[in-house]
Amino acid sequence: MIGIEHYVVVSSILFVLGVLGIFLNRKNVIVILMAIELILLAVNINFVAFSAFLGDLTGQIFAMFVLTVAAGEAAIGLAILVIYFRGRGTIAVEDVNRMKG
Amino acid sequence: MIHIIAFYLFAAMVIASGACTILARNPVHSVLWLILAFFNAAALMVLVGAEFIAMLLVIVYVGAIAVLFLFVVMMLDIDFAELRAGFVRNFPLGILIAVILLAEIVLGLGAYRSGGIELGSPDGLAATPVGVSNIEAIGALLYGRYLFLFEAAGIILLVAMIGAIVLTHRQRGGVRGQNISRQIARRPEEATRNVKPESGKGVQL
Repeated sequence: MIGIEHYVVVSSILFVLGVLGIFLNRKNVIVILMAIELILLAVNINFVAFSAFLGDLTGQIFAMFVLTVAAGEAAIGLAILVIYFRGRGTIAVEDVNRMKG
Repeated sequence: MIHIIAFYLFAAMVIASGACTILARNPVHSVLWLILAFFNAAALMVLVGAEFIAMLLVIVYVGAIAVLFLFVVMMLDIDFAELRAGFVRNFPLGILIAVILLAEIVLGLGAYRSGGIELGSPDGLAATPVGVSNIEAIGALLYGRYLFLFEAAGIILLVAMIGAIVLTHRQRGGVRGQNISRQIARRPEEATRNVKPESGKGVQL
């Protein structure tokens, strides 16, 4: 029978894949944003699985809030990406040094 | 039996498409793999009976976020081959960190399973009542106990929307736009002229 451990294992593998994606595509901001989406998806799977197996709907409500934050983050991130590309003509991460941070 | 087969199918698909998302050479393919991952995650959520959040995932992620990604990837003229340099160099370190992270998570899971960690139990206030569908129970909870959080989520979306518009909006020069105040200030006396031309001479405008 499928238990909560199965879901937690799947979501942790997905989470690790997202972290690995950030490490592998260190130059490409678009793929980094997609890896962050993968991480948030793993969190959502975890929330929903715990919610379903514990019989408590709070997890699904919070998965919805995570979804909201993911949508806002993607919109703002891609907007920053577009204006950055318009000004500099590149999106390579190591060229982003205008603020000397 | 069909439940177990479906779980393993969707779980394998979501992991495979997640791996293809981060390994694909072309970012357009990455976005398409991401969409497949979202669909399979939604299917996993349907399997545990959370159909509302699964449909929300398909609508919001596939309908909005993935299309936004696709739009940006195709709009920007970027040399993606150049951005992939260093992929092989980063590979061993990335794999090492991923394996360590996964080992830690599995260790924590094993400790939980053997009874070493007590997570507590739900208080039953947010349990699904008998005979009520998933979406109905979520709606009652969302517009009741979590009303202020729900409105805060709406404000977050509003701020994100305004921020994205403010960031990407630009005034373009050389465009003849509508000047409303000039249009309203225009009077018939200065706009029209009454002339009496001689026949055969025409009018000087």
